[in-house]
Amino acid sequence: MAGKTLFDKIWDSHVVRSEPDGTTLLYIDRQLVHEVTSPQAFEGLKLAGRRPRRPAATLAVPDHNVPTTDRRLGIADQVSALQIQTLEDNCKDFGITLFNMSDIRQGIVHVIGPEQGFTLPGTTIVCGDSHTSTHGAFGALAFGIGTSEVEHVLATQCLVQNRPKTMELRVEGMLSDRCSAKDIILAIIGKIGTAGGTGYVIEYTGSAIEVLSMEGRMTLCNMSIEGGARAGMVAPDDKTIAYIKGRPLAPKGELFAQATQAWRQLKTDPDAKYDATVTLQAEQIAPQVSWGTSPGMVLGVDQNVPDPRTMSDEKMRNATERALAYMGLSPNMPITDITIDKVFIGSCTNSRIEDLRLAAGFAKGKRVAKTVHAMVVPGSGLVKQQAEAEGLDRVFREAGFEWREAGCSMCLAMNADVLKPGERCASTSNRNFEGRQGAGGRTHLVSPAMAVAAAVEGHFVDIRHWS
Amino acid sequence: MEPFTTLTGLVAPLDRVNVDTDQVIPKQFLKTIKRTGLREGLFFDWRKRKDGSPDPLFFLNQPRYQGATILLTRDNFGCGSSREHAPWALLDQGFQCLIAPSFADIFYNNCFQNGILPVVLRTEEVLQLMKDVIDNEGYRLTVDLYQQTVTTPKGTTYRFEIDPFRKDCLYRGLDAISLTLQHEPAIAAYESRGKAETPWLFSDIHP
Repeated sequence: MAGKTLFDKIWDSHVVRSEPDGTTLLYIDRQLVHEVTSPQAFEGLKLAGRRPRRPAATLAVPDHNVPTTDRRLGIADQVSALQIQTLEDNCKDFGITLFNMSDIRQGIVHVIGPEQGFTLPGTTIVCGDSHTSTHGAFGALAFGIGTSEVEHVLATQCLVQNRPKTMELRVEGMLSDRCSAKDIILAIIGKIGTAGGTGYVIEYTGSAIEVLSMEGRMTLCNMSIEGGARAGMVAPDDKTIAYIKGRPLAPKGELFAQATQAWRQLKTDPDAKYDATVTLQAEQIAPQVSWGTSPGMVLGVDQNVPDPRTMSDEKMRNATERALAYMGLSPNMPITDITIDKVFIGSCTNSRIEDLRLAAGFAKGKRVAKTVHAMVVPGSGLVKQQAEAEGLDRVFREAGFEWREAGCSMCLAMNADVLKPGERCASTSNRNFEGRQGAGGRTHLVSPAMAVAAAVEGHFVDIRHWS
Repeated sequence: MEPFTTLTGLVAPLDRVNVDTDQVIPKQFLKTIKRTGLREGLFFDWRKRKDGSPDPLFFLNQPRYQGATILLTRDNFGCGSSREHAPWALLDQGFQCLIAPSFADIFYNNCFQNGILPVVLRTEEVLQLMKDVIDNEGYRLTVDLYQQTVTTPKGTTYRFEIDPFRKDCLYRGLDAISLTLQHEPAIAAYESRGKAETPWLFSDIHP
C-alpha cells in the first residue's frame, strides 16, 4: 500500500462515515468564531431549538469590527456595536468561551488561536473566515467555511466534505537577505494563479520552508486561500512543539508528552504521492509587490508594471487593463516609481510579534515620509503587550508610525480604518481586491520590511539594497 | 431550503474573471445580523459611477436583465472571503443558478447551503453562451438538475457534472444539519474512540 501524505493522515483519522460517492462526514476538533460570520448561525440554532454539541471545542473573539483606537470610548458605529454585542450575547446563551474587547487576550482570530495553544497539530480546525488556512502552519487541516457550516459544526461537531486533492509546494534553497515568508507566498500565488490551488490542500515542503519560524509558516499558510486552496499545511517539527509547549490551552504534563508522540508521526511518508507538485527555488524570489487587484497580480520589486498590449490571452489582457485603470498605474513603469499615501502593518498575515520585531528593526532611527500616513496594528492584545515590553512601540512612534489596538483593522476596513478613494497603500495584509481597504482605495501587498521601507521613502524600494 | 428541480429563466451576463466576494458584496453590508435584505449590497461598487449615480452600462442596471434568475459569468467566480453574504445577496436579487467555467471552493460550497445551483460548463461553452446572451434580448436557458443539463432556446444541450450527494440534497431541498444528526450514533462512537486515542483533544477548554 502506498504511503500517506500529511493531509491523508489527518483526513483519514477524522472520518466519521462516508457516503457511497465518497462524500465524507468529517469530525471537526475545533472551531473559532468571530462576530461577522456567526450571528446567522446562532440564530439558526435558536430557530431550530438546537444546542452546540461541544461548546468547549469552540473559542470566540470579536476582531473584524473592533476599533483600534482607545477601547474605553466604545464603538461609535452602532451597527458594528450591535454585531459585537450579539456575539457576546450568543456566547453567553450557548456557553461558549469569549475573549471580549477589553480582554488582553482579544485579537485577530487567526493570531489568538495559535497564541493560546488552541491550534494543535493533527486537528481539524474551522472558522467562518477564509484565512483559517493560517492554522495549517501547525500541521492541522484548517479551512474557512460559510455561516451555514458554522451552524452545522456548532450543532454536530461535523462537516460534510468531499476529499480534496493534494498539492506539494516545494521551496528549496535559501531566501535572499531580507526576503521573508510573505515574499515566498506572494511569489507562489504569482506562479500558480489565484485559482491554481482550487480543489487542493497544499503541503509546503522543502528546505526554505523548514527554516521558517512558526510565524513565517503562519504567514505562508494564511495566504493559501489566495492561491485558491482552502487549506495549506506544514508538517510539525521541533519548532512547532516548542511553540505550543506551555500555552494556556495546550495539553499539559502527561497529556503533552502523549500528544507530542502522536505529533511526531504527522509527516508525509517517503513513498506517498501528491496529486500535483510545484517547485520554486528560494534564491529566485525577489521582494514581492502586488500591482493589480488580485493577489496573483504580483511581481518582484525590481520589475516593471506589465503591459496588457503584449498579452495574447484575452482573459489576462482584459483583467490587466481593468486592474491598471483601477490602480491608476501605467504599463511598463518601474514598481519602485510607485508612490504611496498610506502604510498598514498588521492583519492575520503579518501582525505577530516576529513581524513587529522585524518591522521595528527597519524603522529604528528612520522617519516616515511627510507624504505618508503609517500605522501598526498588532494582531492581539498579548502581541501588543509583548511589543511594548520590548520597546517596539517606542521605535514605531519615534519613526512616525501610529501604534494601535489589536484587530483586523485596515485589512478589510470594516471598522473606522479605511482608505479614501484613490489613496494608495503599502499593506502587509492579504487581499488587494478593488475596494478591499475602502471604496476606490488602492492596495499593494508587501512584506513588513518592504512596508517600512516604503513608509520611509514614500515609494517602493528594493529592501535588499536599502540602507 | 427550497428544492431545486428545473429552472427556466432569463440570463444575465457578468463577463469578468476572478470576481471576488468583496465585489459581490462589500464589507459595509457584513455588519448585519440577518440573512435577508442583502440585495442592495450586491455588486454595490460596480453598480455606481464615480459620482454615485447608477452606471447604465452595468448589467444589473439594464432593463433587459431585470428579473434574471440565472447569472452567467467567468472563471473563479466567488474567490476570496468566505462570506456567505455573497450567495445570500445573489439569492435576494433572484439568482437561483450561476453558470461559469469554475468557481472558488468555499463559495461553491456556500451556494448549495442556500439552494443555489452553481453549474460548471466548459470555457468555450460559457463563451458561446455569453455571446448569445448579449446578442439576444430576453435570452433564457433551462437548467435541469436531475438530467444535469443546460438547454438553450435553440435546443442545444450542455451537460454538467455534480456530486451525487450534493445533487440529492439540493434536488430534495434537504436540511444538511438534520441529515448529519441522523448519524448521531456514529458521531458519538467517533468521540468515544477519540477520548481514548487522543485524550488531549477532548479535555475541555477552560481558559
